[in-house]
Parts: sequence; C-alpha cells; structure tokens
Amino acid sequence: MLLSWIWLVILLFSVISGIFSGNSTAVSQGALEGAQSGVRLALDLAGPLCLWSGVCAAMEKAGITAGLSRLLRPVLDRLFPSSRTDPVLANALSANICANILGLGNAATPMGIQAVKRMAGPTHTTVATNQMCRLVVLNTASIQLIPATVAAIRSSLGCAAPLDILPAVWITSLSSAGMGLAAAWLLGKLWH
Amino acid sequence: MTDYVIPALLILSCALALHKKEDAYSLMLTGAADGLKLLLSLTPTLVILLTAVTMLRASGGIAALSHFLSPAFRFFGIPPETAMLVLIRPLSGSAALAVGAELMAQHGVDSLIGRTVAVMLGSTETTFYTIGVYFGAAGIQKTRYTIPAALIADLVGFIMASAAVRLLFS
Repeated sequence: MLLSWIWLVILLFSVISGIFSGNSTAVSQGALEGAQSGVRLALDLAGPLCLWSGVCAAMEKAGITAGLSRLLRPVLDRLFPSSRTDPVLANALSANICANILGLGNAATPMGIQAVKRMAGPTHTTVATNQMCRLVVLNTASIQLIPATVAAIRSSLGCAAPLDILPAVWITSLSSAGMGLAAAWLLGKLWH
Repeated sequence: MTDYVIPALLILSCALALHKKEDAYSLMLTGAADGLKLLLSLTPTLVILLTAVTMLRASGGIAALSHFLSPAFRFFGIPPETAMLVLIRPLSGSAALAVGAELMAQHGVDSLIGRTVAVMLGSTETTFYTIGVYFGAAGIQKTRYTIPAALIADLVGFIMASAAVRLLFS
C-alpha cells in the first residue's frame, strides 16, 4: 500500500516539475524509456546473479556455514544469553546470522522468525524482549561478507572490479551493526 | 590482486564442496536456478519503479529533491545525489535496487557516487520490512525501541558508506 502512494507521489511530482521546467516531452518519453531500462537491467543482471547464487549454494554445502557458526558462537552467547541453555534457539540464531553473512537473505528470514518465536517461548508474549530487539536490529543492519546482488549490478554496468568495494562494505556494516546494538543497549535501559 | 578474487572464489567453493563429497556441479545448478527465481521476482519492480524514477529524473525532480535535501545531507557528509536511495532504502529492497542501479548508471559505476551507492546497498537492509516480518510472524505487537535503534544503525550505515568510499577511493 505504502509503495502505491510513493509511486503516485513520484509521478505527480514528475509531471508538475516537468511543466515548470519545460521538460514535459522528456517526462512522457521517460515513462517508456524507464520500463525499457528495467528489462535491460534485469537481463544484464541475470548472468551474474545466477552464477553467484550457484557458487553460494556450493559454498554452503562445503561447510562454510558450519565453520562460521563455530567462529560466531562466543559472540552469539553474549548477545543472546538464553541460547546458551537452548540448543534449538542457538542453531536458529547461528543459521540466521550465517545466511546474512553469506548474502542469502531468503534463507535468513525463516531462521530468524524461528528464533524470535523460540524467544517468545510458550507464553506467547506480545511485547518484544531485549534479545528480540537485538536480533532484529542485527538483521536490519545487514552484516554481509560478499554483497552478491550489488556486485552483480556493478558488473552488469561494465565495472571491471565489482568486488573492490568489499573493504568499504565491511567497515560500513560492522560500524552500523555496532552502533545499532549500542543504541539498542542504551534505549533498552531507558525504555519501559 | 583483485584479478584473482573471483576465480579464487569459484575454484575454492567447488574444491571445498568436492572435499566434503558433495556434488558441486549440481549444487551450482540448483543455486543458479534459485538466482533465476530471485531475478524473476525482482523484474516487475525494476520495470515499474524505473518507469517512475526515469520520469522523475527527466522532469528535473531528482535534481530538485537533492538540492532541497542537500543541507541535511552535507551535514552528515552524505552525497545529496543519493537522496532518493536513502529515502527508499528502509522501505523496499527491490525498489532500492532499482533506484541504486539507476544512480550507478547515471553517475558512473566507478565514480565516488556510484561506489557510495553500491556500498549503501550492500551494507544496509530493508529495515521496516524486516521488523514487520520478524515481529509479525512471532505475534509481537509492542516492538519497543527496535525501530529507533534500527534507524540509528541505518543512518550510521549511510554516513559510514560515504566516509569509507571517500577515504578509500578518492
């Protein structure tokens, strides 16, 4: 629903500013040009996206996920204390974070939902606990080792080294996840 | 050095999977089919949204929006040209991809703005969607401080993306 309104507002705004700037012809041409470039982008994206998803699937079965979750164990134990005594929750959490790190967003969501449900426990609370807030903040901050879709877009636009942004991506996602967790910790003390 | 990253990843993933006695080739085929499904689900958004965004750019509306928001963006060190992306990123993932790809094509994929856009896309998430899906599925109604904390993380992400690209590429 929200996107319908955004779309309408963008169109109205385009037509009005087109009238004021005298670009009305370009605006009406832009409609079909835009649709065309959407398809072109999708086609250019097809190759890199398929290749990358294929490589990721092989990497997952190659045991990279298991290795990662061993590495993450100490961090997850501290962030989510109840996972220490609940192996089901611990598994869901590490699968969720690992899928995020490998850029498999679609695989991350079901595991994350399972973890939140597990945290809610048999009481079916409707108020988010501190651990739930931390998990969701961690998921919205998106810690990714290899941002595959973005790399695919970059190479489809003719970029020779689509992965040269990796260090910048790592610095950025680590600091935004860190600040998100810090903010959650601080707000958790103030909020009731 | 960067010439070897992609071949190394390809070889490493196949060799490791074979080492685990997994059929690497058919794993890659299944994965590639998933990639195609993802692309199929993405294409309608790309077409519909790029229609609107292209019209907005042709009308001079994007330039006006960037100009209007530029004092706030400059305060945080974020390039005002990325305004559209920053506004739509927390709301819709595929819309953000469409807007981001258009920005990269417009400003050059290896320009500072193009790279900033790529880092922003790669290191932030669809905040409101994620919060809605996770809490909605678990029946949580009071999300307490999750939204402010997640939005702080997003803002830090946008600021850091701009700063990191400026630092590493200019």
